[in-house]
Amino acid sequence: MPVTTIDGHEIHVDDEGFMTVYDEWDETLAKSLAAAIGVEMNDEAWAAIRFMRTDFKAQDDVTPTLRRVSTAGGFETKKLFELFPKKPAKKMAYIAGLPKPKGCV
Amino acid sequence: MKNLLILGGGTAGTIAANKLRRKLDKAEWSVTVVDRDDQHRYQPGYLFIPFGIYQPDEVTKSRRKYLDDDIPLIYAEVDRIDPEARNVTLMDGRVLPYDQLIIASGVTPRPDQTPGMDDEGSWYESVFDFYTYEGATALARKLRTWEGGRLVINIVEMPIKCPVAPLEFAFLADSFFHEKGMRDKVEITYVTPLDGAFTKPIAAKSFGNMLEHKGVTIEPEFMLERVDTDAKALVSYDEREVPYDLLVTIPLNMGADFVARSGMGNELNLVPVDKHTLQAKKHPDVFALGDANDIPASKAGSVAHFEIDVFVDNFLEHIAGKPMTGSFDGHANCFIETGHGKAMLIDFNYDTEPLPGKFPVPGVGPMSLLKETKLNHMGKLAFRWAYWNVLMPGRPMGLSADLQMAGKDTSLVH
Repeated sequence: MPVTTIDGHEIHVDDEGFMTVYDEWDETLAKSLAAAIGVEMNDEAWAAIRFMRTDFKAQDDVTPTLRRVSTAGGFETKKLFELFPKKPAKKMAYIAGLPKPKGCV
Repeated sequence: MKNLLILGGGTAGTIAANKLRRKLDKAEWSVTVVDRDDQHRYQPGYLFIPFGIYQPDEVTKSRRKYLDDDIPLIYAEVDRIDPEARNVTLMDGRVLPYDQLIIASGVTPRPDQTPGMDDEGSWYESVFDFYTYEGATALARKLRTWEGGRLVINIVEMPIKCPVAPLEFAFLADSFFHEKGMRDKVEITYVTPLDGAFTKPIAAKSFGNMLEHKGVTIEPEFMLERVDTDAKALVSYDEREVPYDLLVTIPLNMGADFVARSGMGNELNLVPVDKHTLQAKKHPDVFALGDANDIPASKAGSVAHFEIDVFVDNFLEHIAGKPMTGSFDGHANCFIETGHGKAMLIDFNYDTEPLPGKFPVPGVGPMSLLKETKLNHMGKLAFRWAYWNVLMPGRPMGLSADLQMAGKDTSLVH
């Protein structure tokens, strides 16, 4: 696994830059990750990212799908597209320091 | 007497019931199947109905007939499962106790989950699915007289049953309109939430090239919010629009509502299970087989077939109080109709994506992997016979449950 440095944090990532070690993440790092992909974090965005982190653990290390964030987390899909434009599932996983969502097989 | 109860008498339920009935001691175990009706559909056949290749009556047989005589089949709708009390309540009020439970109730297309999709006046007029008997037959009637225009093929969200079928539909549609001499009157667009034609990179590239070659436009990363039936357009969450004259959609696929009512499902009513043993994560005496579970594999009959090969021996260990030693690897194997009398074949699992090569005998075949051949097409048609005569009765298919790497070209994997 490649190691990269973002804003002074040394982190393990996959080929596409998704973090691979859950505990290397913190909210300061998330801010830098969000900035790196042009996402502005506000209270709603933080709430969604925190849900992603908690739900990942609750589901035995599975990155939640967009549908799960909306049905289990209570966030409107339309809203998630506004907060994380174009590719909310991938962007949320990236910022939350979780593996790229598998979603599809 | 102990009870093994199986909810669902389709592909997974039928194979599991027949195989287990023969392995379990009749004095010790009863095996009972519950299903709402006696119509066992050969679902791979739905693809061919819209194009008149199969007639509707060619895809249905009696569930009863394909279950061994000593397996009772109860016709009823399930109300709910009580996993603590270990019983299943039916809609007619009957309560069936169980010692072990298999949920094999599959997934169903749910057009009601997308605003506008099943609106009266457009559903089965200009908007169709082909993953149901009703949808496939209605679409066959439509295509007989359709004069052309914009045909849009759309996948709402993954996972869906048989993830290659929408591609096959696109390939067969191209072939169908060519043969009718009206291909120039039809514009075909393939609208998908994925970033390409398929979920796995090497196959996605191959299928993407084929779509392009057949003049099919791909609209990727399209997350459908609603169908605007007045404007006749698909509208995405990021406000893109794709107009259609004829929409063939694969609606959201969801597991049975009774799974949700029982509090045993995820957000799509799929039962969370261990992906190697198919045992429900929360209930050790409940297993979910086939499309009804949440394993990260294709929802396909071949997956049900391979997983049950592993499951049967595991189940016998489980009821003997031993640890389960078999481990399912996510093996899937699908024929893909590509039109003009040809087909492809893909073979993959949890860890290995579809690769080119020969199947089932390495280097020999006779089937070719990830390549269009006439023989693959013959194989696909012959499979219907094998489904009813080999697979459902639980006879050995002669294929390994685990993915075999011999005969596959791994040079494309990086």
